[in-house]
Amino acid sequence: MIAQLASLLTHAAGADRTPDPKRIGQAARVSANPAAADPAAARLAADQSADLVAVAAGDRAAFARLFAHFAPRVKAYMLKLGMPAQRAEDLAQDTMLSVWRKASLYDPAKAEAATWVFTIARNLRIDMLRRERHPEVSDDELQEHEDDRPRADEVLDGDRRARRLRGALASLTPEQAEVVQLSFFADLAHPAIAERLDVPLGTVKSRLRLAMAKIRKALGDDDR
Amino acid sequence: MTARQPAARQLVLPNHHPSDALLVAYGAGSLGEGLSLAVAVHLAHCPDCRATLAEVEALGGALLEDLPPAPLENLSLAATLDRLEREEAPGNPCKAMRMRPRCSRPAGPAAASLPGPLRAYVPSLETLSWQRLAPGVRRVELLPRTSSGGAAQLLRIAPGTALPHHGHGGLELTVVLSGHFADELGRYGPGDLAEVDGDTNHQPIADSHRDCICLIATDAPLRFTGLMGRLMQPFIGL
Repeated sequence: MIAQLASLLTHAAGADRTPDPKRIGQAARVSANPAAADPAAARLAADQSADLVAVAAGDRAAFARLFAHFAPRVKAYMLKLGMPAQRAEDLAQDTMLSVWRKASLYDPAKAEAATWVFTIARNLRIDMLRRERHPEVSDDELQEHEDDRPRADEVLDGDRRARRLRGALASLTPEQAEVVQLSFFADLAHPAIAERLDVPLGTVKSRLRLAMAKIRKALGDDDR
Repeated sequence: MTARQPAARQLVLPNHHPSDALLVAYGAGSLGEGLSLAVAVHLAHCPDCRATLAEVEALGGALLEDLPPAPLENLSLAATLDRLEREEAPGNPCKAMRMRPRCSRPAGPAAASLPGPLRAYVPSLETLSWQRLAPGVRRVELLPRTSSGGAAQLLRIAPGTALPHHGHGGLELTVVLSGHFADELGRYGPGDLAEVDGDTNHQPIADSHRDCICLIATDAPLRFTGLMGRLMQPFIGL
């Protein structure tokens, strides 16, 4: 896994200069995901949401399905970030225990199950590795703007949201996909990403901005 | 930072926002604690950036979903269910922890003016013991300098006071808690976040009739550029 990332980084070093087909092939792995426009992926998202809601009511069969799906992915996420295998498994278990304990806080109208599991794993990793907190705002703490929740007719249903997000991910250029991958999986600050890719910091930031513009548009909030 | 048009809402919303790149770093979990705290304070004021963060997290979820699953070696569903059984057993103190939200509501009216994320660090702005740093400038250290060079502190700047002109070895985030300040890039009020990195030099000046209180987080020590600044640097510890 680390070797894979290292090779991605090595190939990426010549970004913007040589159109190395091997590099583009690697960087494009995210965007070329076959699930991108696959309706099955969206159905899966809806099933996972339903399972999470069931877990809040104490459904262990639903929990078992979520465990089978997410525990190996959380482990993979931690391995990509350089965590040793045993700690990656510990963190996957802690994540799944949190999923059980906090399931009643999950709101299927606001996020996909994968999004929610991702945020739990991310926060636990920060707690574990750095003994630092990840300061966050909880939903009831928005200063003075109590009623900013989207109206019911503005909320994309889960299936549409999942499909559109995958479409947006597939539409990223290889360069955009690469900085997105590095942002999430290399645990590097943007200047370090710029250094690895041998591009100016501003280029890293503008690629992320363009990538986010595509995501934002896909999720239907393009009027900002 | 980006200056966006204020949305048509009754209440005053921030005008200066974190860049998308900064929100991606926050959402991906790769920012240090001090920088994350500054972003979280802005998010408490800004529905638009919360929406962007939700999109970043959705992106993180999709990337997680796309990862090739890593086979589990020692971890099993059975062992995890066992742990759940033990924790849910009557009399286990962990059970009481089960539903505790990550950020709790303010303890009392004194805390009401503090943005939620900050309440984990300071009880209230009124009871802080401010350290005098220079004429018109007082400070409270929130997070000591970490090994990577990051730090976070609150500064309380008297009206009309200018901070020394300084540059940055890394990223500096300033978020206003009360009052206003201005620098070469604009005017900042409560909730506004100034994101300064790389070679930018700036000189913030508190420009309203009351003290400006802001949170300043850095991931690398500041470099003061003027003589006064260089003299102050060891002492300000930013």
